[in-house]
Amino acid sequence: MTRLTRRSVLAGSAAIAAGSYAVQVRAAPEPQKITPTLIEAAKKEGKLSWYTSVDLPVAEKIAKAFEAAYPGVSMKVERSGAERIFQRIGQEYQSKIYNCDVVNSSDAAHLIIWKRASMLASFLPEDVAKHFPKEHWDADGMYASWRVTLSPIAYNTSQVKAEDAPKGFNDLLDPKWAGKIVKAHPGYSGTIMTATQQLSRDLGWAYFEKLAKQKVMQVQSAADPPKKVSGGERAVMADGTEYMVNLLQSRGEPIEEVYAVEGTPLITGPSAVLARAANPNAARLFYAWSMTAEAQQLNVEIGALRSVHPLVKDRPERKKLSDIKTLREDAAAVADQADDIKARYLKLFKV
Amino acid sequence: MPASSRSEAATADLPVRSSLQLDLSRPILIAVTALLVVMIALPMGWLIVYSLSDKQGTATLGNFVTLFTDPSFVDPLITTLIIAVSVSAICCIVAAPLGWLVARTDMPIRRIVRTLVMASLVTPPFVGAIAWEMLAAPNSGLLNQLWRSLTGMPSDEALFDIYSLTGLIFVIACYTFPYVFILVANALDRMPGELEDASSMLGAKTWQTARRITMPLALPTLLAGALVAFLQALNLFGSPAILAIPAGFHTLTTRIWSLFQFPPKPELAAAASLPLLLLTILLLRGQALALGRRGYAVLGGKYGEPRLVRLGAWRLPAAALALLVLAMPLFLPYAALFNSAFSRVASRLVTLDTITLHNVRFTFLELSSTMPALKNTFLLATLSATLGAVLALLIAYIVARRAVPGHRVLAFLATAPLAIPGIVLGVGLFLAYTRPPLTLYGTLWILLIAFITIELPAAYQQLSSAFHAVHPELEEAGRMLGASRLRTLADITAPLLRSAVIATWCFVFVAVIRELSAAVILFTSETKVLSVLIFDLKESGDVGAIAVLSLTMVGITTVVVAVANRFGGGREAGRLHARTAG
Repeated sequence: MTRLTRRSVLAGSAAIAAGSYAVQVRAAPEPQKITPTLIEAAKKEGKLSWYTSVDLPVAEKIAKAFEAAYPGVSMKVERSGAERIFQRIGQEYQSKIYNCDVVNSSDAAHLIIWKRASMLASFLPEDVAKHFPKEHWDADGMYASWRVTLSPIAYNTSQVKAEDAPKGFNDLLDPKWAGKIVKAHPGYSGTIMTATQQLSRDLGWAYFEKLAKQKVMQVQSAADPPKKVSGGERAVMADGTEYMVNLLQSRGEPIEEVYAVEGTPLITGPSAVLARAANPNAARLFYAWSMTAEAQQLNVEIGALRSVHPLVKDRPERKKLSDIKTLREDAAAVADQADDIKARYLKLFKV
Repeated sequence: MPASSRSEAATADLPVRSSLQLDLSRPILIAVTALLVVMIALPMGWLIVYSLSDKQGTATLGNFVTLFTDPSFVDPLITTLIIAVSVSAICCIVAAPLGWLVARTDMPIRRIVRTLVMASLVTPPFVGAIAWEMLAAPNSGLLNQLWRSLTGMPSDEALFDIYSLTGLIFVIACYTFPYVFILVANALDRMPGELEDASSMLGAKTWQTARRITMPLALPTLLAGALVAFLQALNLFGSPAILAIPAGFHTLTTRIWSLFQFPPKPELAAAASLPLLLLTILLLRGQALALGRRGYAVLGGKYGEPRLVRLGAWRLPAAALALLVLAMPLFLPYAALFNSAFSRVASRLVTLDTITLHNVRFTFLELSSTMPALKNTFLLATLSATLGAVLALLIAYIVARRAVPGHRVLAFLATAPLAIPGIVLGVGLFLAYTRPPLTLYGTLWILLIAFITIELPAAYQQLSSAFHAVHPELEEAGRMLGASRLRTLADITAPLLRSAVIATWCFVFVAVIRELSAAVILFTSETKVLSVLIFDLKESGDVGAIAVLSLTMVGITTVVVAVANRFGGGREAGRLHARTAG
């Protein structure tokens, strides 16, 4: 069996991609309601496995909420960085292991690659078709944006005064921040992979070259820098997830986000049902449920995630997404550049 | 059962017995040898094949060119050597005087100190590294905060920075020096006192005797200890993964592991594994030579108990020093682990007002991987311990009793995995079992094979020394009375070896629970074990759950070690082979 790599998938599917305009003319698949038949079939399977890169406590709470909504279906959360999950699914599929039922990645490029490799099932929940903006779901019903987050800068409010805090990414290159910055890793985190692609495009690699000389503390998960900042280990984070910053704030931790003057990386995290899911009905039930206004509202409340569902109310205390200057997300470019980004990153940051 | 009735019983079922008398030892020998060859040769063979091929599978030396020219490999290689040399030196500097204090002086609490040093070995090194992060992270570390509040040092300076090369060396040394300590203390226990007595009778002062007699006698052991420490530091994965990567550098093991991230480069991983393998084999040869010389000091008849050196006014300072040393691997890290297990924020000291069971609840009630991981870990530990002990028993018997020609090959094969670092074995097994005919990746079998292979040398060494203690005459008596070899083994030898077998079982069990470096390469979501779960949580910074799981793991391990000590005696613990599950 051939190895699944970004490049081979991209190259191998070039022909398909060329012909896919014709495919896209085809009408979107029929939107699916959560029917009693689906619920019954899901209960018969009794379980499902969800691979996600969302912060672990958040993921477990969402799983518990689903289990409460549909008693009789138990969920197993497999959480790791999006890049690790991508690697793990690839490795498992090569060995014909089909553990994963529903996947959620913070690197939207993964969904493009999986779709091209025919690894996803087409299933379009009614909520997605009816409410989600067009750019947030796949025309063939393969995936939809389950969550949106940002990768802002943040600082520890008991170590840094608001007026001294960095205003943008270039401020982080000031010698006064040497040894005081924490950042996460694009080889682990999809959020950081996506953010690194956007920043290297808009600020150039020179920004990372200089940042690498600031004695940066390197952690793995994008959920970790906010914890390191609020715990007082480092004064500022150069990247990390916005939702973790907000969750820590609501617990009274001393952390404050900064939306950079250059613009803040925007990261959508799509979900999908795997074509070879061992529990196909439970997978579809969870996927459909996770896109409902009710579940999306839960994402906002317990996870401080952002939602593209128009019926969902955002947290009132934080800045509206539409008021924040964001960098343009380009999943196809990430799919193309990811290996190169990792190699360059290793060269600059040595890990 | 009295002997007479037993022989009657034996005559009574003569027809049955004669069928048992068929000598099964040859087929068993062939089967065991074949099994060992497959267990060891298959992964190592694939390792070599991969290291010599490129992505398309054509033969090339390109991987080795990359390995020795690309700075992303050369730097970790140099760093690893620096770490191994430093750890080795520090361990000797700390373990030698401490071993001497405990074995040869009248220092108070010396028995407690000895027990506690052994107890510190229960801590998996990666748990120790996580605990030291809590203590000595430059800004949020508890010790740094304490120092700042005592001295008023500015908030952006730190007393200790654990995320550094020195920090990493320190933490590895903390969990490696006990091995050297045990070797040194045991050697000093056995050292004849007469030579020292003679020296002092001839008018030498205490320090002169120490320098001219005790030290030269202990030197081969210390050298062997230095090699053990070097090997540990060389092949450790967990501690560098936790401390080196945040600091922005790799060691060879973490670099090998990083090659399994996307896009995976198993060819390079295989090539990078070979220097570790070769270095380990070379050093083990060196160790055998150093230990082989140890016998020269104890020629002659029976010796008296070594005389204890009177420390006089130095008794209390010596005890204080010993406790200070013990604070590093034991008191401080466990204080930090307990603190973060019951606190919302690991970097704050828990008080009666802030104490919380939140982490315990989260770990055992919310975290859906906890129970499957515990189940997998227990299953694997039990199976590996049982199968490993049986296999080791079989091999030890065949070798000790020279049951068949060719038994030396078995002894060699059973100790060979000693030379295979955990991460290298992980890579080898991954390459061997992700392909037909045996696609074991994704099953618990691949982990089982890994764990048995890793622990076989220790199990074999323990049981083979136990076999040497059972005199063959006892078995010969059984054979003369007409029992078959297997029956003799079951009725005579096995009961005599019971305690050694139980001890071996327990030690394999414990070693499997803490194994990380092979498991981290071989696990899938359905076959996650406790150590891998802790490592996963580490990467997302879920410190509270890590503390709870680590304490759970250490708790289980402590119980099993206590059982082992009851049945096997403390000496077996000392002989437990010095391989940590990095």
